Amino acid sequence: MIKLFGKRLPTFSHGIHPGDFKDLTRHLPIERMPFTDELVLPLSQHLGAPSRARVKVGDKVQRGQLIAEPGGFVSIGLHAPVTGTVTAIEPRHHPGGKMVEAIIIKTDPFSPQTFYNEHSMEWESLSARELISLIQHGGFVGLGGAAFPTHVKLSVPEGKHAQFLIVNGVECEPYLTADHRVMLENYEDLFLGIRILQHILKVKQVYIGVENNKEDAIEVLRKNVPGDMACEVIALETKYPQGAEKMLIEAVLHREVPSGRLPIDVEVVVNNSGTITGIGQMFRFGQPLIERVVTVTGPGINRPANLLVPIGTRLSDVLDYCGGLKDNTRQLLFGGPMMGTPQSHLDVPIMKGTSGILCLTENEVVVREEYPCIRCLRCVDVCPVSLNPSRLGSLAKSRDYEQMLDFHVMDCVECGSCSYVCPSNIPLVQRFRVAKGLLREQQARNKAS
Amino acid sequence: MEKKIELLLSSSPFLKQQEDTPAVMRQVIYSLLPAVLAALWYFGISALMVMLTAVSFALLTEGVYNRLNHKKQTLHDGSALLTGLLLAMTLPPGIPLWMAALGSFVAIALGKLIFGGLGSNIFNPALVGRAFLQASFPVSLTTWVAAGSLSNFGDWRGPAFTIPFIQEKVDVLTTATPLSMMKFEGHLTPLNQLFLGHSAGSLGETSALLLLLGGLYMVIRNYINWRIPVAIFAAVMVFAGGLHLLNPEKFAPFYFHLFSGGLMLGALFMATDPVSSPITHKGCWIFGIGIGFLVVLIRTFGGLPEGVMYAILLMNSVSPLLNRVTQPRIYGAVDDRHKAKSKP
Repeated sequence: MIKLFGKRLPTFSHGIHPGDFKDLTRHLPIERMPFTDELVLPLSQHLGAPSRARVKVGDKVQRGQLIAEPGGFVSIGLHAPVTGTVTAIEPRHHPGGKMVEAIIIKTDPFSPQTFYNEHSMEWESLSARELISLIQHGGFVGLGGAAFPTHVKLSVPEGKHAQFLIVNGVECEPYLTADHRVMLENYEDLFLGIRILQHILKVKQVYIGVENNKEDAIEVLRKNVPGDMACEVIALETKYPQGAEKMLIEAVLHREVPSGRLPIDVEVVVNNSGTITGIGQMFRFGQPLIERVVTVTGPGINRPANLLVPIGTRLSDVLDYCGGLKDNTRQLLFGGPMMGTPQSHLDVPIMKGTSGILCLTENEVVVREEYPCIRCLRCVDVCPVSLNPSRLGSLAKSRDYEQMLDFHVMDCVECGSCSYVCPSNIPLVQRFRVAKGLLREQQARNKAS
Repeated sequence: MEKKIELLLSSSPFLKQQEDTPAVMRQVIYSLLPAVLAALWYFGISALMVMLTAVSFALLTEGVYNRLNHKKQTLHDGSALLTGLLLAMTLPPGIPLWMAALGSFVAIALGKLIFGGLGSNIFNPALVGRAFLQASFPVSLTTWVAAGSLSNFGDWRGPAFTIPFIQEKVDVLTTATPLSMMKFEGHLTPLNQLFLGHSAGSLGETSALLLLLGGLYMVIRNYINWRIPVAIFAAVMVFAGGLHLLNPEKFAPFYFHLFSGGLMLGALFMATDPVSSPITHKGCWIFGIGIGFLVVLIRTFGGLPEGVMYAILLMNSVSPLLNRVTQPRIYGAVDDRHKAKSKP
């Protein structure tokens, strides 16, 4: 509804207000989770080509040591999160649902677990190309959830130029507070990371976009912006899906990324605040991406927490550390409730893109009856890309995927707002995902033939 | 983990707004209640019987159809109940009950079910039923009685229990609606009478005020698209107001058009039926303006005193076309590709 009184904060058009459910963990400081006896490190933790293992079974590895190298340009390095022994390299359950080749490391219980490479790096003297390579080998991906390799975003193509860097501190997914806590507690590393990115991208202006349900973080960031940094903290109206790159660019700069293009086409680079903080930490302590902050939350967990977890820690170990699940837990998600992935195995590892573990009980997991579309317009009113989900839904139901292209299904950001508001409980975004997958396959086939 | 937990696998999102389609239907029915009570106040037992008949035959038709075709029962979604009630609101209080029943049958069977049920109909089902009755039994559908009050609740306002198809007309004390008085006698009913509903007419054509109350509630709760009634009102004001300025002797002022006849009921509860109205906001504006224009056109220059029903039905038929030509610009649209191309 339209806010009649008070100053309106910047935001994008449309979207939903699902309620943020962040009070469970909002005030809990980041807590380091102890090392567990065995870690599972899938070689494919990111979008793009899998990493290539550089260790053999039986090898001793040290915490922070490179154990797999990038398998291509859109690929990253992988490091040992603990000191220990490689016991196997074999397919294991992956949070995405498949079995994926993974390096298994048994933790050395007597190791002090210090870094392999513990010296700060002199980054000022390095060129952009060298820094980008360090970030790629440091194993950095977008920590917001999509896990897209960071160095690819930082490699501005020939002829294009970035004017603005937007730091994505929105965390619009309900329940999650990992980015919130990182901004609050590790802002120094965040600002160092921003400096490094400024150095790489040569941007004029930096914006940090934070939703106004994180007032303490906004205040802390504003107070600590270095005086010589052209950086503005922007408080945004709390609205889902503001953390989507396109929506954030609209909210902060009132620019639209043209359909089928990238933010760099409107001279913007967007990166998650947690990712940038991690980069800052790498250049401060020499620590590659071997651990991340995960919000363990939801009505199904006994002790909600913001945990600093070594990558590769098994889900069951994290749940045990947080007091275990309640008996009525019905669904475990990696990520938030709007775009997260449900898990069926408790032995899946925490990955680089795992921003949260959400435990939902039978009270939240309700299977609802589907009714016919009554064209109530609610989905049209909330779609942040101004699609017509109602029409797309009926086309998807009759499997008329070709015509869905005319209604711009490929521009769908899969935020799920349409499914959230639909009073007829029609699985709209779920069908669009299927349609997009099939259409992409078809396009690939057409290209091949 | 020792405890055994059954984990459910489904696809995101896992958060859901609670209000479902039956709840929306219920809320629309509640919004109609003030006007329903007014109808009972003014037309007593006759109004009650017309409503009960129309609603029960609407439910019966849909229930039996689903049973015969081995379909999932859909009565609980509330749409048949709403259609029956809306049809009743468009009927005169003195109508023979068998006609109300027949109208309900036609509304559900021909207005909704043959198109594929809820969500697939092109026309507003209640108005399909009403149009059928109007065409078949023009006399009974235009026999009006004066509004009474609670004191004569028990008085029958017409030949409720006539034998179907044999006895169509029984002599009752009839009167004219404000619209026919205006059209055929040039008599203008005072505004306050129109507003509070103390005038002859269909069950739901009486109190503009109570209908507006219900409409306001629906707008606030986002059950209807406010653009449709606003566009209708604006079009009526402009068009009727313009005519009145040209010749105040001949043409009624705009407020008369707004508050008389079925305009309020039609604009707030019939034109806003989401299924048969456009799905784009721009389309809704055009849709509403079209209805307002047609209403005044039919009322002023047509042979009938009232035109809301035909105006809405006509515009219903252009909804798909409006949807096609008013697709909004999408985020990041590069050129005019955003206009959906028609596929052969």
